[in-house]
Amino acid sequence: MGAMGGRISRDDVAYVAGLARLELSEDELELFTGQLAAVLDHAADVEALDTEGVVPTAHPLPLVNVLRDDVVRPGLDRDEILGAAPAVEEQRFRVPPVLGELP
Amino acid sequence: MTATQGTATERTGAGSTTEWETVVGLEVHCELATATKLFCGCRNAFGDEPNTNVCPVCLGLPGSLPVLNRQAVELAMRLGEALGCTVRPSLFHRKNYFYPDMPKDYQISQYDQPINVDGFLELPDGSRVGIERAHLEEDTGKSTHVGGGGRIHEADHSLVDYNRSGVPLVEIVSRPDVRSGEQARAYVNELRAVLLATGASDARMEEGSMRVDANVSVRPAGSATLGTRCEVKNLNSTRSLGRAIEYEARRQIDLLTAGERVVQQTRHWDEADGRTHVLRSKEEAFDYRYFPEPDLVPLVPDDAWRESVRQSLPVLPAERRRRLATATGAVPGEVAVVVERGLDELVLAALDAGGEAQRLLVHAEHDLAGEPADALDPAALAALTRMEVAGQLTATQAKAVLAELVASGGDPAEIARAKGFEAMGDDALAAAVDEIIAANPDAWGRYQGGDAKVTGFFVGQVMKATRGRADGKAVTRLLRERAGA
Repeated sequence: MGAMGGRISRDDVAYVAGLARLELSEDELELFTGQLAAVLDHAADVEALDTEGVVPTAHPLPLVNVLRDDVVRPGLDRDEILGAAPAVEEQRFRVPPVLGELP
Repeated sequence: MTATQGTATERTGAGSTTEWETVVGLEVHCELATATKLFCGCRNAFGDEPNTNVCPVCLGLPGSLPVLNRQAVELAMRLGEALGCTVRPSLFHRKNYFYPDMPKDYQISQYDQPINVDGFLELPDGSRVGIERAHLEEDTGKSTHVGGGGRIHEADHSLVDYNRSGVPLVEIVSRPDVRSGEQARAYVNELRAVLLATGASDARMEEGSMRVDANVSVRPAGSATLGTRCEVKNLNSTRSLGRAIEYEARRQIDLLTAGERVVQQTRHWDEADGRTHVLRSKEEAFDYRYFPEPDLVPLVPDDAWRESVRQSLPVLPAERRRRLATATGAVPGEVAVVVERGLDELVLAALDAGGEAQRLLVHAEHDLAGEPADALDPAALAALTRMEVAGQLTATQAKAVLAELVASGGDPAEIARAKGFEAMGDDALAAAVDEIIAANPDAWGRYQGGDAKVTGFFVGQVMKATRGRADGKAVTRLLRERAGA
């Protein structure tokens, strides 16, 4: 159980940290469980409002269909982008071995 | 094989039998045939030099913002309309996972509000497979695994090319309506035909612009509940797809027959050993933490746009099969190959010009495969079939005349004359048959004795003597007459 009681557990925080590939110490887990619970408490205030008949908001902007034409535009120079990479091989980004397959 | 029926019968220890039904749903990813990527102006091209079609957006550099490609939306809508889907307002979500071929650490996809829902695909055999959804998303970059023989788990390191990162995809998710490997192949072939007809994709499995995953389960025939499914990946051809489904269904039936249960898994098809191998179990499944993409506004195609898309669609394969079948008196399944070859317009035009339906279908299916038949004059083709049914040309001669028509055009009657394919008079044919009979008394004795096997010998000899001008059916008839049968 989290410090703020019920909204989020320490296990939940450890799980989310794992998904985000974050390694947290016991102290950090405790700290973030409390902080995240506070954030969720704040969000929960909204739940007190009567939203019956209110259409869910997909986006804060009053816009739809922002589109561009299918026209090729120049990108970045390969040497420049590969120059920014920690490791390069055969004109590709070299990365550590991948564990686990793609979905 | 019981594949086509989609059921298999197992004998249990007690001697009772259980009929099993295979249930398959298919997920097909297709790269859309746009000039540029889904959210940036980088070129959408296969086979370019690595990392030459990249920019801050598709490399996931901080501060870059996606802008949706109008043509990708148009192509997705074309496909949706062609599949009879409801084309509806949609949203983009972020699908979060860490993998080096996805440099933003999330893929922009459509989640609970996809652009196309609730359609169907009609297969040549007349069966319909439901389409749950066909949504827009971006492709990932391409990883090459180095060391460990290219196997991902044993690789020393990986190399990433981001040319494919951000290429527009549609993911087409079928309902679990497919009942066999063969039907799955037919589904993918038909879907490819629709993708090509609508111009949505070049749909090349071998280049990876069309990728297929299969969700396979089995259940006792007649059961209404679905069995536990396994998702099979790495299907690089329709042949692999059919084999993998048959294997996987067999594996599951064997488990259940042995009193074990099927565990929900993702499995990898190995083409070399013809088996599926476990990749990960449900417990290891990813948690993608979808949430709405804040950098993209909703996509709401209006009625005018949807209408213009509908108006611009070509006649689709299922309708072309129906049209050709109606015109020729065949059933749609019989004319599938002709439509697949794109020869249905030619056959219809030749029919209009007075051609004979059955001969036209035979030529289109057997004699015009791989031929550039576009330039073929429908009236000449029609005239050729009329000569055939009038007995002026044998099937073999007609084929030769047709080849000449395809190569150089012209009038079939003149070509036939030039080739010496004068209609063989009944008298000349009868004389040729009598000559052969006289020259082969032993064989003739056997024929008269009822040995049907020598018929082919006599027909062949007459053909040889007449340099192919004889009609095989007429020769057989004459032989029967001569034998007094």
